Amino acid sequence: MRPLAILRRPFFWLIVLATIAFALVPLRGNNVELREELILAAIYITLASNLNLMIGYAGYVNFGNIVFFGLGGYVCIYLVNTLGWPLMLAALSGGAVVSLLAYLFGLGILRLRGAYFALATIGVNEAVSAFVSNFEPWGGASGIYMSIEAYQPLGGAMQALWTIYFMIVAVMGLSLVLSYAIKRSKFGLGLLAIGQNEDAALVLGVPAPRYKALVYSASAFLPAVAGALFFFKSAFIQPSDAFDLTLSIEAIVMVMLGGQGTVVGPALGAFVYEELRSTLLTTAALSSLQLVISGGLLLVIVLFLPGGLMGWVHRRWPGTARILE
Amino acid sequence: MRNEYIFPFRHGWARHASPVGALRISAWRAILCLWHTKEVQMKKLLSIALAAALFAAQASAAADDTLTIGFTVSQTGSLNLDSVAQLHGFELWRDEVNAAGGIKAGNQRYQVRFVSYDDQSQGGRVQQLYTRLIVQDKAQFLFSPYSSGLVATAAIISEQYGKLMLTTGAAEQKTYQLGNKYLFQLYTPADHYLTGALDAVKSKNPKATIALVYSDDPFSKAVAIATRTQAKERGLNVVLDESYPPSTTDFSAIINKVISSKADALLGGGHYPDGATLARQVYEQKAPLKWMTLLVAPDSPQFASLGDAAKGVSVPSQWAPQVTYKPDFGPTPAAFTKAFEAKYKIAPGYHAAGGYAAGLLLQHAIEQAQSIDPQKVAAALNQTNATTLFGGTKFSTDPKSHGLQIAHDMVLTQWLMEGGKLVKEVVWPLAAKTAALAYPYH
Amino acid sequence: MYGILASIIDGVLVGSVYGLAAMGLTLIWGVMDVINLAHGAMIVAGMFGVFLLTDSLGLPPYAAIGPTMVLGFFVGVLLYWIAVHRVIGRPALMSLLSTFSADMVLIGLGTAVWGTVLFNVPVSLPGITWRGYTFTGTHILAAVLTAVIAGGLYLFLNYARLGKAIRAVSDNREAAELAGIPTTQVLSLAFGLGVALACTSGALIATLFPFTVLSGGAYQLKSFVVTVLGGLGNPAGALFGGLALGLLEGLATPFIPVSWIPVIEFVVFVVVLIAAPRGLFNFRRRS
Repeated sequence: MRPLAILRRPFFWLIVLATIAFALVPLRGNNVELREELILAAIYITLASNLNLMIGYAGYVNFGNIVFFGLGGYVCIYLVNTLGWPLMLAALSGGAVVSLLAYLFGLGILRLRGAYFALATIGVNEAVSAFVSNFEPWGGASGIYMSIEAYQPLGGAMQALWTIYFMIVAVMGLSLVLSYAIKRSKFGLGLLAIGQNEDAALVLGVPAPRYKALVYSASAFLPAVAGALFFFKSAFIQPSDAFDLTLSIEAIVMVMLGGQGTVVGPALGAFVYEELRSTLLTTAALSSLQLVISGGLLLVIVLFLPGGLMGWVHRRWPGTARILE
Repeated sequence: MRNEYIFPFRHGWARHASPVGALRISAWRAILCLWHTKEVQMKKLLSIALAAALFAAQASAAADDTLTIGFTVSQTGSLNLDSVAQLHGFELWRDEVNAAGGIKAGNQRYQVRFVSYDDQSQGGRVQQLYTRLIVQDKAQFLFSPYSSGLVATAAIISEQYGKLMLTTGAAEQKTYQLGNKYLFQLYTPADHYLTGALDAVKSKNPKATIALVYSDDPFSKAVAIATRTQAKERGLNVVLDESYPPSTTDFSAIINKVISSKADALLGGGHYPDGATLARQVYEQKAPLKWMTLLVAPDSPQFASLGDAAKGVSVPSQWAPQVTYKPDFGPTPAAFTKAFEAKYKIAPGYHAAGGYAAGLLLQHAIEQAQSIDPQKVAAALNQTNATTLFGGTKFSTDPKSHGLQIAHDMVLTQWLMEGGKLVKEVVWPLAAKTAALAYPYH
Repeated sequence: MYGILASIIDGVLVGSVYGLAAMGLTLIWGVMDVINLAHGAMIVAGMFGVFLLTDSLGLPPYAAIGPTMVLGFFVGVLLYWIAVHRVIGRPALMSLLSTFSADMVLIGLGTAVWGTVLFNVPVSLPGITWRGYTFTGTHILAAVLTAVIAGGLYLFLNYARLGKAIRAVSDNREAAELAGIPTTQVLSLAFGLGVALACTSGALIATLFPFTVLSGGAYQLKSFVVTVLGGLGNPAGALFGGLALGLLEGLATPFIPVSWIPVIEFVVFVVVLIAAPRGLFNFRRRS
C-alpha cells in the first residue's frame, strides 16, 4: 500500500478521532483524576499495541518486552537530569537508542524460534536489569532521582503533567496508526506469513530475517518513548520498576485479552485490563487477589477464547472484521 | 484443527481482496456496524466513568470537621513488617487525638480520618496511589510510605500537587536535595546511622577491621556511602565493601568472603528479611566476628525469635523504649510505650514511635498555625524546634535541603541475654546507655 | 586460597539443588514440549509443604520431604489436566501463557493466604569446619539427597516400565501411541513427576534458606539457565548444568562483587541459547 493511501481508509480516521477524544476528555472541568487514569491507560495501550506487532503479526512472543520501556526511561532521565537536554529531544533519543539496541540484539536472538526466543527475551531483560543495577552512572540499584527543576521548562510540575499527558496520548495514537499501517502493507503481509509458517514464507520469497529484525526494532521505538515520558513524569527511575517482568507479562495478557493480530484488540484489552487492575488495586478486599483474577482471566482466554475479545466480536458479527480491525 | 481462532480476521481480510467495489456496496452496512460498535464502546466508557464517579463521590464524602490524612502502607511485600509497625504508630496517635476531641485549629476542632492503600512494597504503585489519595480521596495532608525508596517516589507527587507530607520511616537524604517545599523528615538522615557503631567498635579496638556488607537499596546504599568515609576518618580499615541484591536469601558466599577478609566487625544489612537471614547464616557458618551491627532488622521484636543467632547483634535505632527524653508536648516515652503495649500487646520499636511522632508533630504545627491551610502549617513546621517522645525535631529550611532532619539523634541498641531472655538495651552513646556494651558480641 | 576453594565447594553444593530444580523443568519440556512457567510456584509449594508439615504435624524436616514429593506429584497431575492438556500441540505461546496463568493464580492465592512474610524451617545439623570455613550440615545433606534422587530418576527412566514409556513418548508420540502406550496418561504422569521434582527441590531449599511466597521466581529463572546449559529434555544434563552454575557462582564470588553475578549468569544464558541451544551437556543426540 502506498504510504498516503492510508489516509483514505476510514479506520485510520477512526483512530485519529479516538485519540483526539482521548486527549480532550479530561480537559473538561480540569478532571485530574481522569487524566491520571488515562495516562496509565495510554501507556498500556502503547505497550500492548507495539507488542502485538511481534506476537500478533510475526508470531514471536516477546516476553521481555518491558526492557524497551525501561531502557527508554533510563536514557531519557539520564539525558534530562545529567546533561540537561529538553524533554522532547531526550525522549526521542531514548526511542532511537533503544530501537538501535533492539536491532543489534535482535540480530542475535531472532535466530531462535518459539519458546527459545521467548526465554531469550526474558534473559535479555534480566541481564539488562542486573547490569543497570550495577551501573553507577545510572544510579545502580537505587536509581536516578530527577531534580524537580527539570519541570521548569514545561511550566512547573503541575503544568508539565498536562503537557506530558498530551505527549503520551500522541504516542498512543502513533502506535495504533503504526499498527494499522503495517498491517495494511506488504511488510505486514510478510510478517503475517512468517507468523503462520516461517519456513513456507521463506520459500515463497519473504525476506524473513530482515523483516523480523525490522519489526523487532520498530516494536521497540514507541514503548521506549512512552517509557521516557512515563519516568519523566515519575521523576524517579530504578531497575526494579523499569524492568518489571510482571508488567511485561501483563502486556501480553492485554494483547491476548483484546485479541492478538488485530489493531483494536490490544488497545481494547489494555483499556479493560487497566480498569480491572486499578479497581482491584484500590478495593481493599480484593487487592491481594489481583494476581489471582488476572491469572484466572488469562487462563480462561488461553483455554477457551484464544482470539480474545475482538476475536469473539469478529466471529459474532462478521461485518465488523472489515471496519474494526 | 481449525485455524480460525488464531487469525479470525482472515475471513474479513480475504474478502477485502476487492476493496473499492466491496466498500462502495457495503458502505451503508459498514456505517451501521460502526455506529453499533461505537455505541457499545461508548456505553462501556460511560459505565466505567459512572462507576469511577460514584466511587470518587463515596471516597470524598468526608464531613467538614474531619481532617483527611492519606498514605500507603506496605501490607504485603518485603517491607511489610516495619511498615505495619509504623501504621500502628499512626493509628495510636489518631485514636488518642480523636478521643481527646480532635485537633484544634483556631476555633475549629477536627477529627482525624485516615485513608490508606496497600502499596505492596512497590514504587510503581506508590505514585498511582498517592495521586489517587490527593485527587480522588481529597487527602489534606500526607504521611509517607515506609522506606526511603518508596518515599522518594511519593515525594514527587506531593510536590506536584502542593500537598504537605511528613516523611517517617525514610532516612535517605537525596530526596530532600531536589528542590522541594513541602517535605518534612522525622528520622535522622542515613549518613548518621552507623557513626555510633563505628565509635563503639573503635572504643573497644582502635585497630578493628570492618566488613561493610549491605543491601543494594537506596537507604542502605546511602548509609554505606557515609560509613566508608566515616570509618576512614576514625582510622578503621574497611577490608570488605560489597552490596547484595535486596532479594538475596543465600548469604553463604558473601559470608565466606567476610571470613576470608578476617574482619573484626560486620556492619550493614538492609531491611528485615535480608537482615534476619544474614544474622542467622552468620551464626550457622560460625564466622569469627567480634561485632555485628545490622540496619533495621534487629530493631523489630520479632528478631528475638532467631534465638542464639540474635544474641549480641546491635542495631542503630531512631528510638528505643528506654530513652529518657523530656517532651515539650505529647506523652513521655514511657507513657507512649505503655499505651502501645496495652493496645498492640507488643513493645514498640522505632518505626512505631516515628509514626506516632509524625502525627504528633503535624498536630502541633496545625495548632500553632491555628489553621489547616498547607502554607500556614508548612510555615509552622519550618519553625518547629522541639523535643517529643521521639527526640529532637528541627527541619532544615535551606532550599537545597529543605525538610532534612537536623536535630534528631540515634542510639545503638544491642540484644543481650538477661535472665535467660533476649532483651534490647541501649549501649551507645554512653550517656544514654542502659546496659554495658558486649564486645565480642557473642 | 582456602577461601576460593571453600567458595567453590559451597557453590557446587548449592548448585546441585539448582540442578534438581531444573530436572523437573527439563523433563516436562523434553517430554511434551511445554515450558512449565508454573515451575516457580511449584518450588514454593514444596517449600510450604515442608513448612506446614513440620509446623502443624511436628514432623522432622527431612521426614517431610517424602510426603511433599508425593503431594507434588498429585498436584502436578491435577495441574496437567487443568492447564496443560488442552494446549499440547498448540503453538508455544499458548502453553507458555496457560502455565504462566496457573503460576499467577497460585502465587496470588499464596500471597492472599500467607502474605509475603518470611518463613523459616528451623533445621540445624552439625557441619564440617575446615580451616575456618564451615560447610553447614544442611548444605551437605541437601547435595547428598539430590544425588540420591537423581540416581533414582535415572534408574526409573531407564529400567522401570513407566519410565521407559515416558522416554518413548518423548521420542515420538505417534509411534508410542501405535505401540499401545496410553500417551495422554503417560504425559500427565510425566508432568506430575516433573512437578514432584520441583516440589522436592523446594523442600530441600526450605531446609537451607528462609523463603517467602515470592521466592519461587528467582529459582525459576535459575532453572531456566540450568536447563538451557544442560540441554532440553536431558535430566542428567540438568544436574550437570546445576553443578556448572554453582561452580560458576563459587568461582566468581571471591573475585568480583556479588551483585555482578546475576549479570554474568544471564549473559551466559543468552549466549548459550544463541550459540548452543541444544545445551552444553547434551550427551545424546536429539532430533
